[in-house]
Amino acid sequence: MIHSLFLINYAGDIFLEKHWKSVISRSVCDYFFEAQEKAGEPDNVPPVIRTPHHYLINIFREKIFFVSVIQTEVPPLFVIEFLHRVAEMFQDYFGECSEAAIKDNVVIVYELLEEMLDNGFPLATESNILKELIKPPTILRSMVNTITGRGSSNLGETLPTGQLSSVPWRRVGVKYTNNEAYFDVVEEIDAILDKSGTTVFAEIQGVVDACVKLTGMPDLTLSFMNPRLLDDVSFHPCVRFKRWESEKVLSFIPPDGNFRLMSYHVNAQNLVAIPVYVKQNINFFDSGSSGRLDITVGPKQTMGKTVENVIVTIHMPKVVLSANLTATQGTYTYDPVTKILVWDIGKLTQQKLPNLKGSLSLQSGAPKPEENPSLNIDLKIQQLAISGLKVNRLDMYGEKYKPFKGVKYVTKAGKFQVRT
Amino acid sequence: MTDSKYFTTTKKGEIFELKAELNSDKKEKKKEAVKKVIASMTVGKDVSALFPDVVNCMQTDNLELKKLVYLYLMNYAKSQPDMAIMAVNTFVKDCEDPNPLIRALAVRTMGCIRVDKITEYLCEPLRKCLKDEDPYVRKTAAVCVAKLHDINAQLVEDQGFLDTLKDLISDSNPMVVANAVAALSEIAESHPNSNLLDLNPQTINKLLTALNECTEWGQIFILDCLANYTPRDDRESQSICERVTPRLSHANSAVVLSAVKVLMKFMEMLPKDLDYYGTLLKKLAPPLVTLLSAEPELQYVALRNINLIVQKRPEILKHEMKVFFVKYNDPIYVKLEKLDIMIRLASQANIAQVLAELKEYATEVDVDFVRKAVRAIGRCAIKVEQSAERCVSTLLDLIQTKVNYVVQEAIVVIKDIFRKYPNKYESVIATLCENLDSLDEPEARAAMIWIVGEYAERIDNADELLESFLEGFHDESTQVQLQLLTAIVKLFLKKPTETQELVQQVLSLATQDSDNPDLRDRGYIYWRLLSTDPVAAKEVVLAEKPLISEETDLIEPTLLDELICHIGTLASVYHKPPSAFVEGSRGVQHKRLPARTGSGESAESPDVGQSVSVSEAPPAVIPSQGDLLGDLLNLDLAPPTTNVPVVPSSMQMGAMDLLGGGLDSLMGDDSETLGGDLGGSPAMGVAVGGAPVTMPAVGGGLGDLFDLGGGVGMTSGFYSPPKTVWLPAMKAKGLEISGTFVRRGGVINVDLSLTNKAMSVMTDFAIQFNKNSFGLSPAGPLQVLTPLSPNQTVEVSLPLGTTGPVMKMEPLNNLQVAVKNNIDVFYFSCHYPISLLFVEDGKMDRQVFLATWKDIPSENEAQFQIKDCHLSSDAASNKLQGSNIFTVAKRTVEVQDMLYQSIKLTNGIWVLAELRIQTGNPSYTLSVKCRAPEVAQFVYQSYELILKN
Repeated sequence: MIHSLFLINYAGDIFLEKHWKSVISRSVCDYFFEAQEKAGEPDNVPPVIRTPHHYLINIFREKIFFVSVIQTEVPPLFVIEFLHRVAEMFQDYFGECSEAAIKDNVVIVYELLEEMLDNGFPLATESNILKELIKPPTILRSMVNTITGRGSSNLGETLPTGQLSSVPWRRVGVKYTNNEAYFDVVEEIDAILDKSGTTVFAEIQGVVDACVKLTGMPDLTLSFMNPRLLDDVSFHPCVRFKRWESEKVLSFIPPDGNFRLMSYHVNAQNLVAIPVYVKQNINFFDSGSSGRLDITVGPKQTMGKTVENVIVTIHMPKVVLSANLTATQGTYTYDPVTKILVWDIGKLTQQKLPNLKGSLSLQSGAPKPEENPSLNIDLKIQQLAISGLKVNRLDMYGEKYKPFKGVKYVTKAGKFQVRT
Repeated sequence: MTDSKYFTTTKKGEIFELKAELNSDKKEKKKEAVKKVIASMTVGKDVSALFPDVVNCMQTDNLELKKLVYLYLMNYAKSQPDMAIMAVNTFVKDCEDPNPLIRALAVRTMGCIRVDKITEYLCEPLRKCLKDEDPYVRKTAAVCVAKLHDINAQLVEDQGFLDTLKDLISDSNPMVVANAVAALSEIAESHPNSNLLDLNPQTINKLLTALNECTEWGQIFILDCLANYTPRDDRESQSICERVTPRLSHANSAVVLSAVKVLMKFMEMLPKDLDYYGTLLKKLAPPLVTLLSAEPELQYVALRNINLIVQKRPEILKHEMKVFFVKYNDPIYVKLEKLDIMIRLASQANIAQVLAELKEYATEVDVDFVRKAVRAIGRCAIKVEQSAERCVSTLLDLIQTKVNYVVQEAIVVIKDIFRKYPNKYESVIATLCENLDSLDEPEARAAMIWIVGEYAERIDNADELLESFLEGFHDESTQVQLQLLTAIVKLFLKKPTETQELVQQVLSLATQDSDNPDLRDRGYIYWRLLSTDPVAAKEVVLAEKPLISEETDLIEPTLLDELICHIGTLASVYHKPPSAFVEGSRGVQHKRLPARTGSGESAESPDVGQSVSVSEAPPAVIPSQGDLLGDLLNLDLAPPTTNVPVVPSSMQMGAMDLLGGGLDSLMGDDSETLGGDLGGSPAMGVAVGGAPVTMPAVGGGLGDLFDLGGGVGMTSGFYSPPKTVWLPAMKAKGLEISGTFVRRGGVINVDLSLTNKAMSVMTDFAIQFNKNSFGLSPAGPLQVLTPLSPNQTVEVSLPLGTTGPVMKMEPLNNLQVAVKNNIDVFYFSCHYPISLLFVEDGKMDRQVFLATWKDIPSENEAQFQIKDCHLSSDAASNKLQGSNIFTVAKRTVEVQDMLYQSIKLTNGIWVLAELRIQTGNPSYTLSVKCRAPEVAQFVYQSYELILKN
């Protein structure tokens, strides 16, 4: 099982280590540094690294490498999932998952890690349970601490009851004055468009995130107008899978607070609507060390909604020194160090299509770049789930009060790329 | 107030200050001090000197302080064992605490203190906690057993904790079950033979129930444990699959992959015609696709596993090609894996899409990725014949880009395309030659040189081109040198007049100036060949090459099956069996897929994917012998799958017509018609041009081991050679066949030893012979009645008849055999001693002998020397008679005995022989006369064998 964990910052300093079994010298991280150096970009560090006596499984999150050490055969996904959980927990507890936040709360971090894993076996990884065991730092408490000059305990004194019940994700005795249940249907379009704008590949990754603040032990049922749309679904453990299989409704006793109820996947078979089109022309000339760029973005299948927050990002070839462009809408920046051109367009309107045009200057004498840079598109459409998924109704059983209910839809671009 | 302040006190005397604070009377101050100590500890500062002071803080009812002290203890107890003992009492006391949280915490912490003295005291509290009324304590204690086992395995066994742990599998609380399973699995890993997880239908049922209710991590442990179970029959297998399938919809990808493992393994047992089997196949695809939209690290592990899954069951993802398309900002490790899977999934149906993608990738930035993409285009050409043309033109486009590494990769793959489709795309050679100068990588240079040599006759200036390479011969890598040597020899054989100088130059460079033994040896071989027999040289060097197989870097099937059982593990990421690299698993047992239990019909019904692939598979892998092998295939055998290249037996290289037409008549029933046309054909079957069919080289030593069964004594004097390995296990997915021929009581038998060296049970054996020179054919079915378990050997004796279809073989005594089992059909060839065919009524009348001897023309007489034989003439005569070589007459002239002997073959051919034995001379002279002189050589071999054994 998981033996040790090292947290390493971007500069290569090991700023935290935790061992769940015997202590492993931090020199084991040298193998990691070696791999990191070989990979160049931090994103390219292979997730599983073999060393003579151990395996290093790592993830890179928020400029921190989470490097776990294992010694025996352990499913790597198990380790990676756990590391994700650790990163999420830091985020959840400290509002951000950063080196500074971790250092600021090092004792809580240590306590959390101790609580999450016992002898390498996951113990408590549900946020609800952990928060019962170890209270997150709150502004109020730290204020009290500063005023009184003494730190009060951030540790719960009670047994984490949830861990043993048949609904381990929910505390007992939850009470609210305002009972509310909100659901966000968030869809991301992953797509590759070719030069001519034809869809090479497209799919939709969707999630239903919930914020449920309901008193007692409510039993909820959420149904969709068109559940057959979904190609693959994965659920929070609270969802009764049998009901979904037979009736395609989500029936569950919700965890308290924020959680991801389900995630789903809509495949290309259902013809994914592409909300924008991009006309682009990027040329590098054989002589004169220069190039031209001309990009126009326009709305396509938007179902009558407005496309907002449109950002075009282009990773330019190394030889591009600077860009001299004019944007008819929005602003552009070119970072000559990272070679990234960002054009922040904002809202798309039908009347006037935003255009970015101008020249690129290349390093003189360098050969014309071989590769064509791809465009990465970001966008957002409010009040629309691009797959057409719609929530039909939400019913509550088991409690008598009447909750506030709400559903929100939003569509975003995921990995949305246009080749040139 | 944040904890970062703990990091700021780095001035001198820090330890001293902390010590004072730890011993403070104020609780809060104490706690703050412990926090500071912990903070220092986490960043690797040595605060072990404070051990006694921290331990003193342990006796508190403040839970947080207690936890902090425990944290400290776990870290430093090892370095301060004597001090740690001071903490024992508190632990023991805490284990009795009314609060289950404290009981659990105490037993958990104690287990983490890796000090022998402490573990001794741990046993009693642990025993109590394992039976605690509170499940939270029990589940913590279960893990503690694993911890203790890690520290002192013997102690755990002596104390009987393992049995208690096993009992916990039946616990009423699912979390306890999950933790017990996890602990047992971990212990079992270091105890390969302990049979700790003794799974039976009852425990399986318990696990399946717990599976639905425990945490995600518990589900992983339980699923991994389930995967080790082998269901009794297909029905049980199906019911487990049904209960595991819902896990495919779990949000945790590790749960999903573990469920995929269980399903992939148990599916193996389901009959393929079952509706449920199809349903299951359909259910597997979406979760695998979903894994690919996760974070890149998860994607990577998923892709490595999908790579195994598409090799095992390509039908699952065959429609999902697009999800493997590469995005430009995927990490490189994801890109390379996706590319690999794209090629595996490439088929006629999707090849256009794939090619368009690959072409796109070939213009990306990342060099490694571009190279692999170019290579992939070549692999597509080889895999999907219909696309070859388009692939070649794509490659040519890429060559036009003049990007150095793209050109080099393209040339390397075009070489393979030439091999696969001879005489089709050679028109592009001119374009390739234009790029000669830009090649700087050995592989590309070697490929180009190969092309120039192979097609020297079509390249006008081939000699100039090769000469230009020769200039820097010594600076080239070995690969290039070897290729250059061969290419120039080829060139010489094709255009001998202009290139004599060149070939001499390269031969002397290779043989005289090189330190590399491979190069020198090859140089000498060519030199001698060229100087002794240029015709033979031509046949050797310019021999037709066997076609290359379409799938490369496939995982060997037995390994693949093992890896399927390890889906989701490190083994699956590295594509190596766990025994090969995981340190903690000493002597792990190999896992294998369960065999299908359904009887014959379900096993025989061809797999959906297989039948599809057969129609696509070009049978051209064995083109020259296609029709012969077609015959072998006539059995109702499961067709071979495409991903297993049919063992390209060396048959196809056989020199078929060395024996000329004469043999045809040999086979005729009517021996009268022999005679006339026997003259011209050379008697020797020794092939010059092509390699004769070779027996697997394992022979000798191994054969002796098998000597016991088919030994000499069993037959009435008939000599039968020891068994030799005819079909090595590595060529037949684990089936090893060794055998020998024997004549028993007038009946020809082949004695076979079938050994199962694979991991799975083998059943449904059948055997078939190809047409052969003497019409040998099985007289009955292959009697392997019970399934052959791994590592088991079964001895079978198969009676043979001689009335089967006849066709001349090369060599004459060659026999091509097909053996089928539930896994596949395997082909091998072996040689039988011709003495097998000597019949019992082969004694000729003296007069007839004399007349016949005279009647056979003297050019049909062949003479041989049998050396080192020390038998007297009588002894020799007796010995030979045992093998149906009958002495018709004996004549003694001075010190020389002359035995006149007759032999009759099963097809009625008579062979007459004269054996001259000189007293005191160990060298016998054998003269053989026969109307079919081809057999003489084999008769001689039989004599030699019989006399010397």
